[in-house]
Amino acid sequence: MSGQDMRVVLAEALASVAPEADFDSLRDEEDLREALELDSMDFFNFIVAVHKATGVDIPERDYPELATLAGAMAYLGR
Amino acid sequence: MNEFRMPSLGADMEAGTLVEWKIAVGDSVRRGDVVALVETDKGVIDVEIFDDGVVEALCVTPGETLPVGTVLARLTGLATEEPEEASTPSRVPAARPKPPKRPESPEAVTSTAASSGREAEAHATPGARRRAAELGVDVMQLTGTGLDGRVTLADVEVLAGFANGATAVELPAASPAPSRTPADDPAAAMRRAIAAAMSRANRDIPHYALFRDVDLGRALEWLADHNARLPPDQRLLPAALLAKACALALRRVPALNAYWHDGGLQPAEAVHLGWAISLRGGGLVAPALHAADQLELPVLMQRLSDLVSRARRGGLRSSELAEATCTVTSLGERGADGVVGVIYPPQVALIGIGRISPRPRVVDDAVVPRPQATFSLMGDHRASDGQTGSRLLDVIDELLQEPERL
Repeated sequence: MSGQDMRVVLAEALASVAPEADFDSLRDEEDLREALELDSMDFFNFIVAVHKATGVDIPERDYPELATLAGAMAYLGR
Repeated sequence: MNEFRMPSLGADMEAGTLVEWKIAVGDSVRRGDVVALVETDKGVIDVEIFDDGVVEALCVTPGETLPVGTVLARLTGLATEEPEEASTPSRVPAARPKPPKRPESPEAVTSTAASSGREAEAHATPGARRRAAELGVDVMQLTGTGLDGRVTLADVEVLAGFANGATAVELPAASPAPSRTPADDPAAAMRRAIAAAMSRANRDIPHYALFRDVDLGRALEWLADHNARLPPDQRLLPAALLAKACALALRRVPALNAYWHDGGLQPAEAVHLGWAISLRGGGLVAPALHAADQLELPVLMQRLSDLVSRARRGGLRSSELAEATCTVTSLGERGADGVVGVIYPPQVALIGIGRISPRPRVVDDAVVPRPQATFSLMGDHRASDGQTGSRLLDVIDELLQEPERL
């Protein structure tokens, strides 16, 4: 999956949990939960959406690696 | 013949705007069907009907803002059904006025109906005053269930129902819209609704608060082990365990799973757990997880996730907003350590859960780090005492020490 594709997947996953969020102003290193005011359930649903779109399993212990866009891109790119 | 009225979706709702009909004249409807979309201070709500029947007439058109209690549609084919409340035993009505004090004599009617001055204005809404005048009753004698305890049109209509031997009273379709229109600024409207409900709760309810630090080590270990074997969409969040423990505990301490009506405790027949969800635009909503004590954890988790999604994007159902029997406010992983909240009337208790964090705890004479959360119980002292509240926290703690049994 190309970097651009990954960005689209992540944007769609975030849009599904935070429809009112402004994805364009989100910086790569920003903490997603802080920036988009995601609670535990939103973050859970974000992980589920990414899993469904990519097929990547993402064990619970790896959740912190998906805390930022940059982190999520690196994780999915492995 | 039966009537479908603008429902009261909580103590803070006075009116709603019909957005769309989901039914047409001639349609058959069943209890629980979504028949209309209504805009309220809590967003656009899917409104369900309480009876089976055939739609005979739609009395209002989309765009109209209507007080709670306004007849929206008429149904036929309900030969075996009693009016709404009798046919839905599991539903505790959201508002119940005092039984009517009927004037003793014609003179009394004249004198009481005449008190329509400034006092009456503060005590009742314009629609309620007008209807009361038509019926010749004194609004000052009614107990209000509206914002700030004001008498609403719905209160007068229920009174009219009692007075006429439960014959439903027809309301003109073009009843006056309240000054407040939820549609123009949703965030501000929600703020006002919360302000009114919470001010009333804080004024009327003598709260007591109790605390318990619960060791969640075993629960979290069980959860990690459970989740390690499952794909992301089937995993559980700690919130599911906490909600289930609260629901089971409420079943065992029914005095806290109840409503306070007319100076008396009215126990609920099921545990419909309210779950407070904060909205990013500001404000919060606490829809019910129906019969949460009966749900297996995976189902409860799914329902919770669905509830949060619909709170965010719209599509909460009227039964979810009107029927919570006790609310839980969980601050989440990044919240504060504990919470003293305000009970949402007519409920009689609020369970607070602070964030889960590692803290020192004495276990077998040694101080060890354990993941813990501070649970709090706000109780309505009119309805229960600290002993009952303590019992609830005891049971929650006990249940969370055996997560595999939840």
